[in-house]
Amino acid sequence: MQINTPFFKQRAHDALADVNLQKALGNLKAGFPEKRAIAVSRMPEFEQLRDQGRDLKNHILEHLDLYLEQFENKVIENGGHVHWARTADDANRIILDICKQVDAKTVTKGKSMVTEEIGLNDFLEANGVQPVETDLGEYILQLRHDHPSHIIAPAIHLNLEDVSEAFHANHHRPKSSDPAVLMQEAREVLREKFVAADVGITGANFCVAETGSTIIVTNEGNGDLTQTLPKTHVVVTSIEKVVPTLEDMTLFLRLLARSATGQEFSVYNTLSTGPRRKGDQDGPENFHVVLVDNGRSEMVGSEFQDMLRCIRCSACMNHCPVYGAVGGHSYGWVYPGPMGSVLTPQMIGIEKGGMLPNASTFCGKCESVCPVKIPLPKLMRHWREDEFEKHLQPKAARYGLAGWAFLAKRPALYKPYTRMASWVMKTWAGKNGRISKLPLAGGWTDWRDMPAPQGKTFMQAWKEQQKAGEQP
Amino acid sequence: MSAENTTAMSRTEIFANIRRGLNRSENDSQRQQTVENRLAARADNLIPQRAQLPFAEQVDLFKAMATEAVAELIELNSIDQVPQACADWLSRHSLKQLISASNKELTALDWSPLEQQQIIRTERVAQAGDIASLTLSFAGIAETGTLMLHSSEQSPTTLNFLPDNHLVVLHRSSIVGAYEEAWKKLRETFGNAMPRTVNMITGPSRSADIEQKLQMGAHGPKKLIILLIND
Amino acid sequence: MPNLSSGPRVGLFVTCLADMFRPSVAFATVKLLEQAGCRAEVPERQTCCGQPAFNSGDRKTTADIARQTIDAFDGYEYVVGPSGSCIGMLHYYPEVFDPSDSYYQRALDLKSRSFEITSFLFDVIGMDSLQEQLQQLQFNHKVTYHDSCSGLRQLGIKQQPRQLLQQVQGVELAEMEEAETCCGFGGTFCVKYPEISNRMVSNKTEFISNTGAHTVLGGDLGCLLNMAGKLKREGKQVEARHIVEVLAGMTDTPAIGEADYGLAQQL
Repeated sequence: MQINTPFFKQRAHDALADVNLQKALGNLKAGFPEKRAIAVSRMPEFEQLRDQGRDLKNHILEHLDLYLEQFENKVIENGGHVHWARTADDANRIILDICKQVDAKTVTKGKSMVTEEIGLNDFLEANGVQPVETDLGEYILQLRHDHPSHIIAPAIHLNLEDVSEAFHANHHRPKSSDPAVLMQEAREVLREKFVAADVGITGANFCVAETGSTIIVTNEGNGDLTQTLPKTHVVVTSIEKVVPTLEDMTLFLRLLARSATGQEFSVYNTLSTGPRRKGDQDGPENFHVVLVDNGRSEMVGSEFQDMLRCIRCSACMNHCPVYGAVGGHSYGWVYPGPMGSVLTPQMIGIEKGGMLPNASTFCGKCESVCPVKIPLPKLMRHWREDEFEKHLQPKAARYGLAGWAFLAKRPALYKPYTRMASWVMKTWAGKNGRISKLPLAGGWTDWRDMPAPQGKTFMQAWKEQQKAGEQP
Repeated sequence: MSAENTTAMSRTEIFANIRRGLNRSENDSQRQQTVENRLAARADNLIPQRAQLPFAEQVDLFKAMATEAVAELIELNSIDQVPQACADWLSRHSLKQLISASNKELTALDWSPLEQQQIIRTERVAQAGDIASLTLSFAGIAETGTLMLHSSEQSPTTLNFLPDNHLVVLHRSSIVGAYEEAWKKLRETFGNAMPRTVNMITGPSRSADIEQKLQMGAHGPKKLIILLIND
Repeated sequence: MPNLSSGPRVGLFVTCLADMFRPSVAFATVKLLEQAGCRAEVPERQTCCGQPAFNSGDRKTTADIARQTIDAFDGYEYVVGPSGSCIGMLHYYPEVFDPSDSYYQRALDLKSRSFEITSFLFDVIGMDSLQEQLQQLQFNHKVTYHDSCSGLRQLGIKQQPRQLLQQVQGVELAEMEEAETCCGFGGTFCVKYPEISNRMVSNKTEFISNTGAHTVLGGDLGCLLNMAGKLKREGKQVEARHIVEVLAGMTDTPAIGEADYGLAQQL
């Protein structure tokens, strides 16, 4: 997928001015944070579950190699195949190879962010295999040649009218603006695709080492049709998704839906273990798991290891005021919001991804709702440290910081400087109490007034007061 | 480079990276022991209070949570009432077809009530266009009103997803409090060999992908009907 | 009058913004500390908490400033400041040093002694010692309270300012929608990403004015300057003040960004 992350600022500017996008983003709050809050309030043990989730993920990461080996062995034992992909290219070639082996013309796809990350659809299409997205949101996006702007609500940037137009243009049916009619239309059109597909590709929310099972968590049922109907089921997932046992998976299932959609439980939680058994009348004859690395193994043991705890619930972006203002496409690549601001620089490089970890007020809301307590602001700060060390920040910011640091480390110079700065601003403001235009501070005064200082600095006034108090 | 080579080289590099990051060697018996112990113990993590109620209350919780998830609940006194209940429900919705799983428990029933309504009952895998299916549930999980089903020769997975309406028989005695109890039950039944597919189903299919407004009946069944046998 | 000689010795962490923009906030903090029986002192060697360096990824400058601050506040029983954000930064100091560094233990020690003012008053001093004085105050206005992010999520400050405020006669607290959502200040964020910051503060001023409050109160001058600046630009008739001004009975000064009529008359 094309990388537009360096243009974050321009994209954010456009997004803020996009009336339709802003209308669509207005659905976010009632859609997610309010429902999550209710679900959490109904689960008194939620905080304890979060702590356990964090600790269990940490345990897994400390033993990641061993759990992956166990998972691999179990998949093979059950008659499945395991493939390892160091890079996105590797993953694409492996998947294409599987498709070619069964002479696949079309593949149906369940919702998978890892396949977005590796750019699978474009690759398959370029190599003569037609991918068909079956998640309603992803399907709408595919018709529009668009990309997800959210990891679980991919079409959240669109309005009903957009969907209505896309369906009308592609389905050759009368135009409707009734969501129920539109969904029925997608159901009917995709039913044929499900049945006709040669290969079904899904992601996995977790891979269970104990049993060699993968699980998908969905509400629509498209993932289940994708992985049950075709002869070949390919699970494309990433290495950090492994969990030890069914009991351990259960801990994350209790956290996932509540954090994501605010549901008590998603409608379909489906475990797949190997190909169909002898005597089974349906289910895939071939079962493949492609384990994608794409930079993750380098995060193990690094200051970004905590990010590998992520279970892709989207709570961080649902609660992020920056995401809420500019939407997911502004981030310019696959993963938006706070989790994307940490993950994207890892995957595309800090040189291209540096805008994202800077686009945060460090308000901490993301960390406070993360089901596995990832310290997202701290990880974004680590990226800023990386940028600082590599001198990647804009010159003006670096010199400004250096000048300020010079003064802040010298109290004897700092005090006269602050006195002067206060005086200048106070004088500039005159009797208004505020400044509507301040040189070098356009970032502030283009949008809001600058309240004027009261006059003397506190340090100055305090000293004078103390002196006066000492006099008899 | 062939796909096999790609995967072999990738595997080596991935494991080397992980072990380098963790500062561990391949043969670290202490870590291996830790992992083996955890896999063998299959220990529970925190189980919420609500999943640990006395049985009668679990049943009530199951009913409440399943209903909240928009499943329809029909209570019966005996499995023998299932054919009549199916006939009633289908004719109430003017449906003339039932694709059924072939578990002995279902095939042994007297299905004549369907015939009286001219409803055709077939045992096969589901196909696109099927109207209604009937399957058996392995367990009911009270904490979220969730059904657990699994694939088998008698119960193809497509029955749970392709038809527009899914009727599921659940014995009251199969209701457990927590997911963990259902896993234990699954292991007791199958040993270490999981069925190809285990489905946990909580209400009918839905999507909120259009403007975040919930619509029922996306790709899976539009209606989920639980026939709860109070045996 | 409380006995000043026996009370704890408290070092006031002034904070840059109180120092430069609103000394009355620091004076109000001193007044509250003294009313609570503390001996308030202002160490000369303090400057900034180092947050701009910390959040810009400059670890070395952060550590230099942290050492300076740790030295400056050596020996005080408590360190108290009128900002959750700056005191929160003091709480980050242990992360800046390697555990083998001699300043690491001192940073942990400073962290254990550092409090944001409302949290210090409510959690350390206790309501019993403050109630009487607070109840003598009058502030006959409907107010709304903005929870600044660092204070709320890092230091757990939520009920403390509200409990203290409710003691003041005449205060009517009307909670705004999304009181816990960031106002968009974010230190350098507001000038690095001004348009996004503007959207966030515009949402905030809308929620503030929807309450019909006369005054918006908060515990951090960064957020207050941002919200007051936006309220003024939008021409909204809502005043903005730091909560200590109300708690210390020092609301005779013009609110943040309000014209200084006293001075205007002098000129």
